[in-house]
Order: sequence, then structure tokens, then C-alpha cells
Amino acid sequence: MSLERLYRDESGRILATLIRLLGDFDLAEEVVQEAFAAALEQWPVEGTPANPRAWLVSTARHKAVDTLRRRIRFEGKREELERLATLEDLPPLEPTDSTVADDRLRLIFTCCHPALAIEAQVALTLRTLCGLSTEEIARAFLVPIPTMAQRLVRAKQKIRDAGIPYRVPPVELLPERLDAVMIVVYLVFNEGYAATSGDARVRRDLTAEAIRLGRLLSELMPARTEPRALLALMLLHDSRRDARVDVGGDIVLLEDQDRRLWDGAQIAEGIALAESALREGGAGFYALQAAIAALHAQAKRAQDTDWRQIAELYAVLLRLHPSPVVELNHAVAVAMAEGPGQGLRLLDALEGRGELRDYHPLSAARADLLRRLGRWADAAEAYRRALSLVANDPERRFLARRLGEAEAKSS
Amino acid sequence: MQYLLLIYGKEADLKSLSDKEKAAFYGEYVAFTESITKSGHFRGGAGLQPVATATTVRVRDGKPVTTDGPFAETKEQLGGYYLIEAKDMDDATAIAARIPSARFGSVEVRAVKQ
Repeated sequence: MSLERLYRDESGRILATLIRLLGDFDLAEEVVQEAFAAALEQWPVEGTPANPRAWLVSTARHKAVDTLRRRIRFEGKREELERLATLEDLPPLEPTDSTVADDRLRLIFTCCHPALAIEAQVALTLRTLCGLSTEEIARAFLVPIPTMAQRLVRAKQKIRDAGIPYRVPPVELLPERLDAVMIVVYLVFNEGYAATSGDARVRRDLTAEAIRLGRLLSELMPARTEPRALLALMLLHDSRRDARVDVGGDIVLLEDQDRRLWDGAQIAEGIALAESALREGGAGFYALQAAIAALHAQAKRAQDTDWRQIAELYAVLLRLHPSPVVELNHAVAVAMAEGPGQGLRLLDALEGRGELRDYHPLSAARADLLRRLGRWADAAEAYRRALSLVANDPERRFLARRLGEAEAKSS
Repeated sequence: MQYLLLIYGKEADLKSLSDKEKAAFYGEYVAFTESITKSGHFRGGAGLQPVATATTVRVRDGKPVTTDGPFAETKEQLGGYYLIEAKDMDDATAIAARIPSARFGSVEVRAVKQ
């Protein structure tokens, strides 16, 4: 196996182990890089070791000891003395698959600790678990590079100074902490999937990283069903990536997409995971959404979509995890299953309560139902409202086109 | 690691309690303090006199200036503190969550510099 391949596959795992050993993100990163550099020099001459991972961890650890000794000699910090003492006391490491898996799990939970601001959780996760550079993360979230660098520095400082522990949370904290991790993963996915603006290539990287994290979580926590459900949901959404946008960069609605462009293998995997999650874990937050996504994915043509079942699933989701956005999606499904009038009644109730006032999909959904009912003037007004709120170009162009049609028909 | 737990709450809320309710509330504090003493976390703590008794001192250009009132007007006021020894942030926040005022106000958890 080439060193480059080994780096791609193993550097993340080795980093996680070193972070645990050293309790210091930056030092860990530094010595892992040095260990790989040493391998690049020595392995061609001495041959690849029998256990490359153990060699790299051991080498990184020795380099850390050297670095700490140097720092102590010049700066004499008590903290470093303690760390050095701990390191030197450790027996030789034989990192097995399970200890390494534990280290990555520890790292995910540490990066997504609730004591860190959510933006910091996202940035730190992408940096340490996914290996994205500060520049790549800054570009993805449309934040200046120094700001993102500062965010990462502060997050690591807080972990150190406030005593945030490096560990998988104890059993009583695990459910809420796992929720927090999944929120971060889904946030990363949505940032890439929604394509609100910015570099299309970077956005694809984000969805890929989120899916990788989803796989990692499912692998590391096989007894839990929600990680599997989240992975299913992301795979199913992502399966449509080649059909969602046309050559001109314009949005293609779900009902108009060329389903031959959907990724069949990813759909099959997503459906299997969704079914397994539902079967073993019941009506979880992500499991229900994955089931809905699976129903869409299973329809050979838009007109074959089982909207009645989708509406029922949204109704369950609404009961168990009520939110205005779920309510909106439920109304849209009801409109498809029972007719625009029924859906519009639900949307009007939602709007009447004043929630989602600045959420353009609400106005866009109302506009669409009004359009289908032939109420052109009302539809135009709703499209105007949606346009005043929309933030990205492809959606803006789509809404503007619809507004044009509605205005033409209402005059 | 040592943490300072700063207890904030709306003084008006506390004032509005009946004598019986106040006694019960303080009883909870006594029980809490006893329990963290027994568990070895307690290093110090006290309730503070109301914010109306606060005085703020600033020295500018070598001159001390003393003013009536807290350093800033806030919606919730500092009412007390605990100094604890805890393993890590999770340990500290678990203890903070058990402080009776956490149910109505806020407890700020700050690591003490080592």
C-alpha cells in the first residue's frame, strides 16, 4: 500500500489517537505530520514495517516527547511537564482497531461538545475529523479565512482552558450528546446540499464529508439506530445530485427531474438503512424523514409517488417532533395527496400564527398551491413575497419565472 | 480543576416568594451544599447581599472613583457563588445544574486559571 494511500486512510485515525494521548490538537497535528514525513524518508530504505499504524503512532509519540522536552527546556511550563510525565509513563502502544475506533468517537464527541458554540463545533469537526483545511472551511461557509482560523483557535483554547473532557460521554449523557453530534453532521450536509451560494465544488465536498461522518458514526455506534437513519436520509437526498440542477444552473423540481440521473446504488443503500433503522428503532426523528425520502426515491415517475403515505409520515413526525417547518412539509404533502385546497388551508393557518414569516419556502409553497387553484393574482402576491426573502440565485430565477407566469395570467 | 460557579437570578422573583417558599428554597441550598461537601467538590461559596447594596470601584488616571450600584445593569443579578474542585467541564456543569437557582436563573461556569 502506498504511503499516500495510507495517509488518506489512516492519518485521521492516528490523529485521533494522538489527540487523546497529548490532550492538544495542534501538537498532535504537528507530530502526526512529522511521523508521516519520517516514514516517507525511512520506509523506502528500511522497508515498510509489519504494522504501519503502530509504527506511525509510536513515532509520533516519540516526536511529541522530544517537542515537549524542548519546550520545557526553553519555557519550563508546568503543563508541559505534566504531559511529558504522562506520556513517558505509558506502556508501548499497540493500537488495535477498537482502541482507534474509540479514539475517533472520543474526538467526534469532543468536537461537538455543547459548551462550544455551534459554528465552532462544525468548524472543529470539519478540521479534525474530515481533515479540511481552514481555507476550505472558510470558503464553504463564506467566512473570511482569518475569522475561521480565529474560530478554530478559540475552540481549541476553550477545550483546553475550560477543561472539556476527551471522552465518549457516559451512558446518561449519551442520547443528548449524540443528538448534538448528528445536528452538526446534518448541518454540514445541508450547507453542501442547499447550495445557497458559493463554490459548487466545495459544496459537493461538504455533502461527501457529512456522509463520511454519517458512515463513521453508524460504524462506531452500531447499536444506535438514529445514526443509521441520518446516513440513510443524507444518501437519499444526495442520490439526486445530478438531476437537481440543469445545465444552466437552474433548479429542477423533484417532479420534473430525470430519474435516470438518480444514483440507484445510493438509493438502494439508503432505503435498506432507512428500513433497518425504522424496524429496530421505531419512529425516530431522522428515521421518519429517511422513510419519507425513501418513498420519493422509490417512485419510478413523479406521478407514482405515494403522497398519502408521505402525508401520514409527516403527520407522525409533526406529532412527535413538532416544528413549523415540519408543519409546512406536512401541508405540502397533504396538498399533493388530497388537493391544493386542503394544503392551502393548513398553510394559511401556519402563516396566520406568524411563524416562518421570513422563511421563503412558506410563501413559495402558498404561491404554488394558489397557482394550481388558478388564483393568479393571489399567487403573484405570494411569489413576490417569496422573492423578497430568497437568498440564492437558482431559486430566485425559478420564483421570478413563476411570478412572470402568474402576472401574465392575472392581467 | 477548579471552577467558579456564578449564580445569577432575577432578585424580584425571589422577593415575590412567600416566607414558607423562601424557607424551602434555602433548605434546598443547605442540602446541596452539604452534598457537594460530602462528595469532596466544595471549596467555598456564599450568598451575596442584594444588588442594591453593590458598590463599584474604578481607578482612572490614578484616582479611585466609587459609584453606587453593580458594574452594569443586567436582567439577572449576581446572587451568590460556589468555588468547586471538579474533574472536568462535564463534572462542573452537572454540579451547576443542581444549584437551586439554576431552575429560574442562570449559573455561569468559569474555569479558574491554574
